[in-house]
Amino acid sequence: MKNTVEIRWHGRGGQGAKTAALLLADVCFKTGAYVQGFPEYGPERMGAPITAFNRISRTPIRVHSNIYDPDYVVVVDETLLHAVHVTDGLKENGAIIVNTPKTPDEIRPLLRGYRGRVVTVDARSISEQALGKNFPNTPMLAAAVAVSRVMDRDSFVANMRESFQHKFAKKPEVIDGNMRALEDAFAAVDE
Amino acid sequence: MSNLEIIRSREIKERMSGNEAVSYAIRQVEPDVMPAFPITPSTEIPQMVSAYIANGQMDTDFIPVESEHSAMSAAIGSEAAGARTMTATSSAGLALMWEELLLAASNRLPIVLTLVNRTLSGPININCDHSDGMGARDTGWIQIYAEDNQEVYDNYIQAYPIAEDPCVRLPVMICQDGFITSHAVQNICLLEDESVKKFAGTYEPEEFMLNPGKPVSVGPYSISNYEMEAKKNQETAMENARGVILKVAEKFEQMSGRKYGFFEEYRTEDADYIMLIMGSAAGTAKEAVDELREEGWKAGVLKIRVFRPFPEKEIADALRNCRAVAIMDRCESYNGNSGPLGSEVTAGLYRNRVFIEAVNYIYGLGGRDFTTDHVKEVFAELRAAAEEGVPVQQHKYVNLRG
Amino acid sequence: MRTDISKINEQTPCGGLTEGMQIFAGGTSRQFNTGEWRTNTPVYIEEKCKQCLLCCPVCPDGAIPFQDGKRLDFDYMHCKGCGICAKVCPFEAIVMKEGIEP
Repeated sequence: MKNTVEIRWHGRGGQGAKTAALLLADVCFKTGAYVQGFPEYGPERMGAPITAFNRISRTPIRVHSNIYDPDYVVVVDETLLHAVHVTDGLKENGAIIVNTPKTPDEIRPLLRGYRGRVVTVDARSISEQALGKNFPNTPMLAAAVAVSRVMDRDSFVANMRESFQHKFAKKPEVIDGNMRALEDAFAAVDE
Repeated sequence: MSNLEIIRSREIKERMSGNEAVSYAIRQVEPDVMPAFPITPSTEIPQMVSAYIANGQMDTDFIPVESEHSAMSAAIGSEAAGARTMTATSSAGLALMWEELLLAASNRLPIVLTLVNRTLSGPININCDHSDGMGARDTGWIQIYAEDNQEVYDNYIQAYPIAEDPCVRLPVMICQDGFITSHAVQNICLLEDESVKKFAGTYEPEEFMLNPGKPVSVGPYSISNYEMEAKKNQETAMENARGVILKVAEKFEQMSGRKYGFFEEYRTEDADYIMLIMGSAAGTAKEAVDELREEGWKAGVLKIRVFRPFPEKEIADALRNCRAVAIMDRCESYNGNSGPLGSEVTAGLYRNRVFIEAVNYIYGLGGRDFTTDHVKEVFAELRAAAEEGVPVQQHKYVNLRG
Repeated sequence: MRTDISKINEQTPCGGLTEGMQIFAGGTSRQFNTGEWRTNTPVYIEEKCKQCLLCCPVCPDGAIPFQDGKRLDFDYMHCKGCGICAKVCPFEAIVMKEGIEP
C-alpha cells in the first residue's frame, strides 16, 4: 500500500454509499491505519446523486478537502454513469469499480475515455442471493477493499464479522447473510 | 478546575466524527443541564447526548426547547440557578440566540456552547464557513476554534475550567467546522472518563440563585452611572481569560500529552511567508506547506485557536520576522475592506509596530472547498508581492469565478 | 465573602462592583425611597374607611400596608401617588392632594 490511498464513492441518497465509506474507515482503523471517511453534504434527498470519500494512510491525515484525483472510484449505482462524471480525475493506474451485471468491456464506453482498470461486480444479485434484499453497499465495500488492497482478505473478513456482530447485536440472523455477501463480492473481483 | 493532582490519562485510540467526539466529551464531563434545539450540522450533538442519557450513561437533564432563543434563555436560567450548563447549535440557531449570548456573558455565566460552524443565510446554505461564530464575536464569549475532531474534543474538556475560573466567569464557545470535521470520521485519542471528570471537576459557584438563605438577583437594571464600570469589568474578565486559557492548557498537557496555546505555529521559525488561518483548513495548509518546503520554500502556518480573547500581541510577535502574511478569513464582514481576522490581525500588527506585507483573503464560504492547490496559489502570490513587488489586491477571494 | 452591597453607590470604582452587577441580598427594593418621585399624595381618611380592602390589591407598589384583616395608613416611602386607590375607593376614604406631603 502506498502512503495514502484516496477513494471516492458515488451513489444515490439512501443507497448507503456514505455508510460504506464510514464502514471502510472503520475497518481500516482496526488494522492500525490512519483513516478519514466523510460525505459531501447537501440537503439530503433520497435518490439524488451523492459523493463520499475515504483517505487511508500510514501517517496522520491533515487534509480536509474533497478528493479530486482519487486512486479508486466506487460507483454504487450504475445509472449514475450517465449523469455524473465519475472518472473525473481518477488516476489511470487506479481503478473504477461499478455495481453492474455487465462486463468491464460493456461499461468502458460510458467512462468518458478512462483508460485504467475497470472492475464490475454484480452487487445487486450478490446481495439478493445472500440477504434476500438489495443492499448493494456491503458487496461494494468488499469489492473496494479487494481492488484497492488497503488490507488483506483475512483481516477484512475477521474485522467485518466483528463489526456486524456489534452493529446487528439485536438481529444476529442477518450477520451470516452479510458475511456471505462480503465474501462473495470479494471473491468475484479478487485476482 | 479541580485542585486535585492531574493524572496522566491512558490513551484510548478510536475513530469518530467531530460531532461524536464532542458528544463523547460531553458524556465524560457530564454537565448538569443541556437545553438544545436541533439545527444542521450540530443536530447530532443533542441527539447523541440524549441517547447517552436514555441509555443511563450520563446523568444530565436534557431540556427539549422550542427554539434556540429558548435554548440560550434556559441555559442562562439554569446556569444562574447554579447548574453547570451547556448547549449546542449552528448558523441561524446561533443568530437566534444573539440577545441571550450577550446576557450570558454580561451576567458572567460560565455556560459552554459547542458551535458547529455553518454559514448564515443567504443564500440559504447548510455548509461550513465561520460567519455564525464571527457574527457573535463581540458578544463577550470566549471563542476557541478546532482544526479536527481531536482538537474539538480536547477544547471541550478545557472549556469549563476556563469558563468557571473565578477571575474569568465568562461563557465559552467551542467551535468546529460544520460537516468538514463534524461529519468526518477520523482517528482520535480519547482520554479516560476518570481523568476527564477529575480535570473538569465539579461546578461550585460562590453565588447562585438556588441557594436558600443567600438570595441573589441576577441581571438587574444598571443606570448609566454603573453601566460603563460593569462593562469594563467584563472586559477585564476577558483579559484575565488569556492567562487562564494558558494555565488550563498546561494542565491539559499534563493529562493528555497534547499541547495547546493561543495558536499553533507550524514551521514558522524561519518562514518568509506565513498563512494565518483558523479551523479545518489549517490542516490542508500544513500539508501544502510540507510540499512547498520540499521545493525549497520557507513557508509556514499560524493556526488561530483562541479567537476571543484575541491574542494580537502574540500574533504580531510570531509574524515579526516573516516577509509577508496571508490572513485567511472564512467569513465576509461586508465592511468594504476585510474579513474579521483581516481587520484584527492588521490592527495588531500596526499597534505592535510590525510592518510586513499583509494580504487578506476570503475563502471557503458556504462550504466552498479549499485545497492544497489553493494554499499554494496564495503563497505564490505572497512571494511575488514580497520579492518582485507584484502588486497584490487586498481583500481578495480565493477560488472564485470572477 | 459576600460583597456588602449596601456599601456600593454611584461613586464606587470598577473593582468595588459585583460581578455582572448581581445583587447579593433579598428585598432590596424596600430600601429604595421611590416615594420621593411623588407629585400627588393620597390621604387616608380612617373614619370613612369600611375596610372593604379594594385598595390594597390595586396598588402597583404595594404601598398600602395590611395587617390583621385591616389596611393601615400609606407607606409614603414607596407610594408614587398614582391615585388608583382613590379611584377605586367607593367611600371617598382616600383623597388625592397636590404635592409630596400628605
